[in-house]
Amino acid sequence: MPDTRNLSHKVAIVGAAETDTVGKLPTHSTLQLHAESAFNALADCGLTIDDVDGLATAGVSPAALAEYLGIIPRYVDGTSVGGCSFLIHVSHAVAAIAAGYADVILVTHGESGRSRVGVGGGSAGRATPGGQFEAPFGVAGPPTMFSVPVAQHMKKYGTTEEQLAAVSVATRQWAEKNTRAMMRDPITINDVLESRMIAWPLHLLNCCLVTDGGGALVLVSEERAKDFPKKPVYVLGRGEAIAHTNISQMLDFTEWTSASRHTGPEAFKMAGLDHSAIDHAEFYDAFSHLPIYALESLGFVKPGEGGPWFAEMNSAPGGKFPINTNGGGLSYTHTGMYGMFAIQESVRQLRGEAEAQVDGVETSLVHAPGGMFSATSTLILGNQ
Amino acid sequence: MTTPQRPLPEASPETQEYWDGMKRHELRIQKCNDCGKGYFYPRPFCPAEGCHSQNVEWFTASGKGTLLSYVIPHRGHPAFETPYVIAVIELAEGGKMMTNLDLGGAEATPDNLPVNAPMEIGYEDVSEEITLPIWHLA
Repeated sequence: MPDTRNLSHKVAIVGAAETDTVGKLPTHSTLQLHAESAFNALADCGLTIDDVDGLATAGVSPAALAEYLGIIPRYVDGTSVGGCSFLIHVSHAVAAIAAGYADVILVTHGESGRSRVGVGGGSAGRATPGGQFEAPFGVAGPPTMFSVPVAQHMKKYGTTEEQLAAVSVATRQWAEKNTRAMMRDPITINDVLESRMIAWPLHLLNCCLVTDGGGALVLVSEERAKDFPKKPVYVLGRGEAIAHTNISQMLDFTEWTSASRHTGPEAFKMAGLDHSAIDHAEFYDAFSHLPIYALESLGFVKPGEGGPWFAEMNSAPGGKFPINTNGGGLSYTHTGMYGMFAIQESVRQLRGEAEAQVDGVETSLVHAPGGMFSATSTLILGNQ
Repeated sequence: MTTPQRPLPEASPETQEYWDGMKRHELRIQKCNDCGKGYFYPRPFCPAEGCHSQNVEWFTASGKGTLLSYVIPHRGHPAFETPYVIAVIELAEGGKMMTNLDLGGAEATPDNLPVNAPMEIGYEDVSEEITLPIWHLA
């Protein structure tokens, strides 16, 4: 495993913001969502767009965004591998700023996931592996693909639909405390189990929302970070990995191998921390099985213990390890590539400015997939 | 308004043999002559970690496997009548293949579909050019 401890704590997030509102924004094109996020994040740290010399984004072409923003950055990261792309942008920004490739890196996300305003087209060709070996069998978006491995997890470990439902219930309890969350009414395990079946074993309330919105981050070196108005959020550890794209080709249906093999161990090693040092986590929850896979594959619990752990409400308000305190993709917002919102909530918790603020958060772990467990990234952030 | 059609595949150079086999109702896949494992989908080298040999050959597989996992869409592709099953079969010779299931008139419920159950391949001629696999409980 590479030793990247020398890069820990070298780069900080100094600006972070989302679009003014998230949810339904038919008034905003995709690029407009990027721009609003960017201007908000720059205002958050007292910089202007002309201070930016590095640009990272996913979903849209970085060139299209540079043109729209009217800047000519000298560093570009167009890594676009789904919802974890923004975690990977942060990861790359650490190395880039340390190497001098850029001084001020802006990472943006904007997605008109619900209203579909100014969205690019395109679907996989019929002669691609996905076009030949998955599309003919009626896969119809993430609910019918991301869900494919779960039945084997249930068989191997005894994970139940009730345990999957508990993830949704715990997450909703956080959303109840967040005025920006789209879904805030309390729900019970039965509500989840009785909600409409989407693709067994996933009911409607096991599935994330579909919304519009955006978010952006501004990163600078540790030296510069001290001069900004808000407490810097340091990148302590990072990891990234990429595996399959077609869910049928996932190496092991019961384990998030990219996380257990690469992103978790690398992030913890770089940060020089163990699991007990993590105060808070954001686990991208496109569906309620994802936090179970994340908790197990990152090594917070043993394989198979994730379902019972969530059923004990350990992640809920008052639980021993707060997870998805913004309400997650399940109840807060989910534009499509949600990873940016997971980072935003970790930053808010580390700054002490979250709506559902947890006391004494000094470290936060953000973990996200891109595609169907296809790409993966983990960040460990800290405020000390 | 037209009903959306089931998406049909188009062979690529490295998969033509598989699709030609499907047409004859034969499961033609590849195996690695160095590590000995079969694999799917077709490509001109072994995808197994730590092997990646290019010494591979086509063979006719047994058409047997196990039900590795599945979902039962109740909201799915508009060309499909719900509920239907999207399954992944672990092939007896190695490799994982997505497929629909022929339930023989049984309801698409988890009770009727035990994970890890032995499975057998069947064939569905969906057009003049294309035959797709459709697996059933053995």
